[in-house]
Amino acid sequence: MLDQTKQAALIDIRNVCRSFPKGSGEQLLVLENVDLTIHAGEIVGLLGRSGSGKSTLLRIIAGLVAPSSGAATCRGEVIAGPPNGVAMVFQSFALFPWLTVLQNVELGLEALGVDAPERRKRALAAIDLIGLDGFESAYPKELSGGMRQRVGFARALVVHPDLLLMDEPFSALDVLTAETLRTDLIDLWIEGRLPIKSVLMVTHNIEEAVLMCDRVLVFSSNPGRVAAEFKIDLKHPRNRLDPTFRQLVDQLYARMTQREEPKAPTLGGIPGSGVGMVLDHVSSNVLSGLIETLAGPPYGGHADLPVLASQLQLETDEILHLGETLQLLRFAQLSEGDVVLTEAGVRFAHLDTDTRKKLFAEHLINYVPVIGLIRRVLDERPSHMAPAARFRNELEDYMSEDYADETLKTIVSWGRYAELFAYDEQSETFSLENPG
Amino acid sequence: MSFQDVRSAVWGPVFLRPNFWDLAALLLLVGAMVLVVYGGEQTIVPLSDLKRTPVSLDPANLPYYALRTTMRMLLAIVCSMVFTFIYATVAAKSRRAEMVLIPMLDILQSVPILGFLTFTVVFFMNLFPGRVLGAEFACVFAIFTSQAWNMTFSMYQSLRNVPKDLDEATASFHLSGWQRFWRLDVPFAMPGLIWNAMMSMSGGWFFVVASEAITVGKTTVTLPGVGSYVATAIEQKNLPAIGYALITMLIVIIAYDQLLFRPIVAWADKFRFEQTASGEAPTSWMLDLFRRTRALRALTYPLGMANKAISTMRISWPVALRRDGKPGQSSRIIDGIWITVIVATASYAAGLAYQYLSASLGLSDVVDAIGYGLITLLRVIVLIALATLIWVPVGVWIGLRPKLAERIQPLAQFLAAFPANLAFPVFVVLIVRYHLDPNIWLSPLMILGTQWYILFNVIAGAAAFPTDLREAASSLHLGGWRWWMKVVLPGIFPYYVTGAITASGGSWNASIVAEVASWGNTHLVATGLGAYIARATEAGDFPKVVLGIVVMCILVTLFNRLLWRPLYAFGERRLRLG
Repeated sequence: MLDQTKQAALIDIRNVCRSFPKGSGEQLLVLENVDLTIHAGEIVGLLGRSGSGKSTLLRIIAGLVAPSSGAATCRGEVIAGPPNGVAMVFQSFALFPWLTVLQNVELGLEALGVDAPERRKRALAAIDLIGLDGFESAYPKELSGGMRQRVGFARALVVHPDLLLMDEPFSALDVLTAETLRTDLIDLWIEGRLPIKSVLMVTHNIEEAVLMCDRVLVFSSNPGRVAAEFKIDLKHPRNRLDPTFRQLVDQLYARMTQREEPKAPTLGGIPGSGVGMVLDHVSSNVLSGLIETLAGPPYGGHADLPVLASQLQLETDEILHLGETLQLLRFAQLSEGDVVLTEAGVRFAHLDTDTRKKLFAEHLINYVPVIGLIRRVLDERPSHMAPAARFRNELEDYMSEDYADETLKTIVSWGRYAELFAYDEQSETFSLENPG
Repeated sequence: MSFQDVRSAVWGPVFLRPNFWDLAALLLLVGAMVLVVYGGEQTIVPLSDLKRTPVSLDPANLPYYALRTTMRMLLAIVCSMVFTFIYATVAAKSRRAEMVLIPMLDILQSVPILGFLTFTVVFFMNLFPGRVLGAEFACVFAIFTSQAWNMTFSMYQSLRNVPKDLDEATASFHLSGWQRFWRLDVPFAMPGLIWNAMMSMSGGWFFVVASEAITVGKTTVTLPGVGSYVATAIEQKNLPAIGYALITMLIVIIAYDQLLFRPIVAWADKFRFEQTASGEAPTSWMLDLFRRTRALRALTYPLGMANKAISTMRISWPVALRRDGKPGQSSRIIDGIWITVIVATASYAAGLAYQYLSASLGLSDVVDAIGYGLITLLRVIVLIALATLIWVPVGVWIGLRPKLAERIQPLAQFLAAFPANLAFPVFVVLIVRYHLDPNIWLSPLMILGTQWYILFNVIAGAAAFPTDLREAASSLHLGGWRWWMKVVLPGIFPYYVTGAITASGGSWNASIVAEVASWGNTHLVATGLGAYIARATEAGDFPKVVLGIVVMCILVTLFNRLLWRPLYAFGERRLRLG
């Protein structure tokens, strides 16, 4: 690794907050009082659920988003616009499809005004380093996902940045490709061959964080805050089957499922409360399937989340989200990285379709306030009809337009499954009429 | 291999030795240059020369006329391109400019271009008194106004939809505004822009024919070109000449398709924004020819270097053009001032227009114009309905047969370029012969050129109709009426609407030519707004021309807003497949 003794702060983030305008015009806080210092020679991971503001923090450091308040500095200078010496790798690769691999890699140097021969030399060196030899004249669309992300890495490394920012760089890749790329990158890092001082990576994959990072910051959601910091002292290359490794993964799972002491009220990870609860869509088929899996052998109503995640081949983020949705509907309980079916959940698993729908409807009305509200309004009105706009406005008092859309989509889908109400997409109206 | 690779290759002597392909390509290039220079020399002669050598119907002159006409069209397309780059970029990068520029573009699109001619001819003739150049500019400007707007819209939309990750990548890698423009904005907009340029080029023919030979009040200008040739042929009742003009047009269209657009489309394929290779890449023998040359490619090397040098210059946009940044207090004040300025200017313009028109026109003129407008509106509606009834079934039938569709598609595009004037003889002779009512029987001329947009959009829609849905329909034994209503028509609807919008817009424009038809000394006039504008133009009655244009503008805009936009939105929301 690089010079460990020199501990000058590369990035210093103090009390940074960031908010975005909500649908109703007010501000939605996504980052609250975040502190972060990055020194030379370390790989730091930002671990959190989607919507925890970790990507926003990364973009503040990249100079793409300005903080609403607080101080963000890079080597002592306030970050206003992308700072020199910071390069970024994107989740979607962000390659220019009309430029060849070589031209994509040279792009950053061109912008810096490096002259042509030097540019060519450095680009070829970066391409060589990252294992892209022979692909120089290919266009991105001719490459596989893994090769494309290698171009993304080469493009970032060629400018010799002090800090490499990575925004979920492996999450768009298949499992095997992602693993190859991770190990290649770590090998280069421990051999000291990467022309960079530090790495900051955003991820929602717990194992990835433990595999690569020296330090992991766990983010909590709504608003995003640093909930905990873990130091990982394991020597590279790390072994996923090593008991210490497993223990760390379990600890992080437990930390991520732990309930927040509510400042902004959350319900076991589901942000918002009452009518303002943000609902991410999960199909009722998936929920039923998960309940059945949990109820059956070998789990018998009780499962360890990492084990469940690997059996169902789900990302950490996805399994947590499913668990939380079951918890919201009181079909299961999350604690310490485990998921346990409630009595209602066990009952659900053994019912037939029609009685399942009834039980689901009952839980929706009791535990999802906005669905209860819609049903009440429909019951009260003589026409038994209500425009979606009425509820959308109410939702937008609490959340951004995008979240309100997603929440509404979830409400419609669950309500339809439970036969609580009908929804006409064209006129955007809820009604009690039963089609057919 | 591509042009780009040339620069990355090592430059040894072997690359500079000419090969066979060089000779062929060089000949083509030299030929093109000679033609351009020759055609260009003819534009600076004095206007009186035009009168001494009137347009001759000798077919031997046609190649020269075709050259002049093509040069005008190419010049217009270059102007459209430059206009598009500037206008669309300013509109996309500056919020305040956008408030004015985009609605203005929307209106400009629905202004009847032929009505424009009146003013532009006078303006440009005064700019270069006694020179052919003035009339040339007026003509090029008319073609430009028929080509530019859809290209500008396409570019603006592309600029607004640049993928967010690429946007962040350019910022993160410190590209300046100028570099970003050439590296991201232009390439991303390229495919849409080229497609629209091709459509514009086809559409331009209609206006070439109408604008090369034009009479405004006492001024009559006849520029040498295919359009004037057609006009003279009509005047002299020369049917064979009409046929020669038709053949010439066909050859020119094929030539620029093969020599210009095909190579560009094949080359621009790499700008298509998709991460996976899909479908067959377009090919062009012309591009292949140039790619096989050695010495010529060496000659393009300095061009490539210059291009690269320009596009990598570190020029930043003025701060005001930046879209990001939080709107602060001061910005809101500037917004207020800006809106006040716009409102004030608009009111002043309205006042000026009112003053001008009210000086010579009364309320009865306005009522007249609106009445004529409604008659033309009725024509447009009936014609679009008829064209729909005919071409939708035909288009579906063709579109479901890919082999056939491939062959019909270019034909339909040629027919779309077909100017209504060429059909005058047939219509006028038949109407006079059988004593038909011109009010009804001149109408089809309006849709003659534009109906093909419906046909080829429906063909495209039917060709894109998913095979599995067709199979599902036949396994469910859906047939007859039900098959049309439940399966195919909803599937092609978005395509149909796109075609119908273009067709109806084009028909309004064509009404200025089509409601007044002549063959020799037989003149037929149908009652309508098009004839109203045409007559006012001929009489040099500017207030009436302005009134007619304003009424047409308003009707077209209303028609689009109230009918086509909602249909388009419905199609996009509910019926878009995949």
